[in-house]
Amino acid sequence: MSKQVVFALSLLITLGVFAWTTARIVAFFRLTKPAFPVKDWGKRFKRVLTEVFGQSKMFRRPAVGLMHALVFWGFLVILFGSIEMVIDGLADTERFLAVLGPVYDVLIAFGDVFALVVLVAVIAFLIRRVAMDIPRFGGEEMKHTSHLDAILALSLIGLLMITLLGMNTAYVTYTALAGFEQKGLFPVSSLISSFLGSDLSVTTVYRVHEVNWWAHILLIFLFANILPYSKHFHVFMSVPNVFLSRLDPLGKLPNMPHITREIRAMLHPDTEGDSSGEPAELERFGVKDVEDITWKNYLDSLACTECGRCTAVCPARLTGKKLSPRKIIMDVRARMKEKGPGLIRKGKDFDDARSLLRDYVTEEELWACTTCNACARECPVNINHPVLIVDMRRYLVMEEASGPAGLNAVFSNIENNGAPWQYSREDRMLWAEDLYINA
Amino acid sequence: MNAAGKTKVTVPVMADLAARGEKPEYLLWVGSAGAFDDRYKHVTRAFVKILAFLNVDYAVLGTEESSSGDVARRAGNEMLFQMQALSNIDLFNRYGVKKILTCDPHAYNTFKNEYPDFGGHYEVIHHTRFLHDLIREGKLIPGKEVFGNYRVTYHDPCYLGRGNGEYETPRKLLGKLGVSLAEMPRNRSFALCCGAGGGQMFKEAEPGDKEIFIERTEEALSTGARIIVTACPYCMVMLTDGIKYKNREEEVKIYDIAEMATLSLGL
Repeated sequence: MSKQVVFALSLLITLGVFAWTTARIVAFFRLTKPAFPVKDWGKRFKRVLTEVFGQSKMFRRPAVGLMHALVFWGFLVILFGSIEMVIDGLADTERFLAVLGPVYDVLIAFGDVFALVVLVAVIAFLIRRVAMDIPRFGGEEMKHTSHLDAILALSLIGLLMITLLGMNTAYVTYTALAGFEQKGLFPVSSLISSFLGSDLSVTTVYRVHEVNWWAHILLIFLFANILPYSKHFHVFMSVPNVFLSRLDPLGKLPNMPHITREIRAMLHPDTEGDSSGEPAELERFGVKDVEDITWKNYLDSLACTECGRCTAVCPARLTGKKLSPRKIIMDVRARMKEKGPGLIRKGKDFDDARSLLRDYVTEEELWACTTCNACARECPVNINHPVLIVDMRRYLVMEEASGPAGLNAVFSNIENNGAPWQYSREDRMLWAEDLYINA
Repeated sequence: MNAAGKTKVTVPVMADLAARGEKPEYLLWVGSAGAFDDRYKHVTRAFVKILAFLNVDYAVLGTEESSSGDVARRAGNEMLFQMQALSNIDLFNRYGVKKILTCDPHAYNTFKNEYPDFGGHYEVIHHTRFLHDLIREGKLIPGKEVFGNYRVTYHDPCYLGRGNGEYETPRKLLGKLGVSLAEMPRNRSFALCCGAGGGQMFKEAEPGDKEIFIERTEEALSTGARIIVTACPYCMVMLTDGIKYKNREEEVKIYDIAEMATLSLGL
């Protein structure tokens, strides 16, 4: 009985803290602007299936992609056991889901094997991070805390797997020693158990099982509440972020409909006059700070795992420029954390004399982008960096007229003669002169 | 036809056709680079030769053509982009345009993906797709021997490839022209940008170790290719500069896929 009470209390605390965190994040989302309507659920489910469950984008780097996929698929089967642990903890049962029979045996067996696979992969990830020089783990946005964050998450996962194997091994040994029926199959743990010798006392093995059981479930509870403050939040956020991906081709930039209304009224004053009767809302053009971003930009920032695949393929970064797409996404998350609480408390006019633009993201970074979409194509969780970069350019150009000189010349050329260069429209057919074919 | 076996090509202009009450099947969008850039004019001419050879029912806007607005939009000037988009759509609709042909992946992307937001719905066809289909349908029969002895590599334009998922059509087209490609290490969705998009073509690069076009040119040269093929005016300008920078313009040629087709057809 006391075990049930302790368990219920720990679960309650876990859920309570998690609910508090969730409410905070939801409040941040309320500060953001609309992005696009979420339609085409079929296409969205398909993307989740291929890109999350199939890990298709991870396999663009085959070796490390496979390791990640194994960890991910491992988590899925192990989750089954974790759910059972919650039921057992609350109801004071033992391996309650064993009622599922052979399905249970298979799932538990996979969970047991994957515990070892995930452990090996996590150790490999730790070695990559600590001992190997992987360029994409570096860069100015990767502060000391980013690495600690990664190492903490990996270590926690490692501990989760060790306690899971410990629990399973103790269970197999205990049921054998005490002559109880073993529920589920444990290929790896049975093997470990067979090396343990038979002179163990039943009580010791039972205690080892209890210690590992509690350590495992409490680590899960702890992990779940560390995640939202860690780059490993992608464990939760990658599914929604992929599901809520923009489905347009990468080449398309989002529209600004209020500009369309203005220009229509300008081009056709008689037919498109201000017939709506709504007062024109003074909306800021583009993105200067976090209150200008869309919910998708913010969701992107929460889903970012800081893996650096985007920055590793960015042509600007590859040629030594300051732009790092990963940094811009991380800046959004950090700036929301800084300014969000003030915006919630004091309303949307709250000003802390800082902004995402300039205090976090410099103009030099923004103007280095070629909009080639290599970053967005690579991102395993479908973050769209160029859309945000162009939105910040929109602020610079339309609110401040502070674009680079070369581009300002392009703008005036297009306005004056309909081409980015200073050529006369009258010369637009010169290319067609003296043209012959051999036929 | 004159004595030398050459036929003069007259490029039909939309306004002239409209004056005669005619409406062509295709609008050929030449683009600012296609009309003004000295190198890319040759690509427009090459493509138009094929259109003339096949008697394709098309016309250009001529002096009525303006910027598609792609650069303005990516450089952050949404106001200017939309001015261009809305007046272009007005013009297209005035001529009853249904299908648009273009050699420029940027115009292609903007017309196909962005103009629908303003009510401009057209069937937009990039010239790589158009030529590919003509050959597949047997309307064009290329000479397969022309490029047999050359090592050729293909540079994916971002707005054709990653932007719109067209990786294989240009490659299949080159295959039909008898080319076997030597791919660069970074190809298709992994392709490195030429460095010109997003307004970069018209501004100084930010401080760094290297220009992007040089990085990409070196990669193209690393395949040992004698011909680098692309399908975009920006890529053409950047790679041409890159070859000059590397002092290889004597031995290495840069062609647009339309020029490959005319060479193969002997036009």
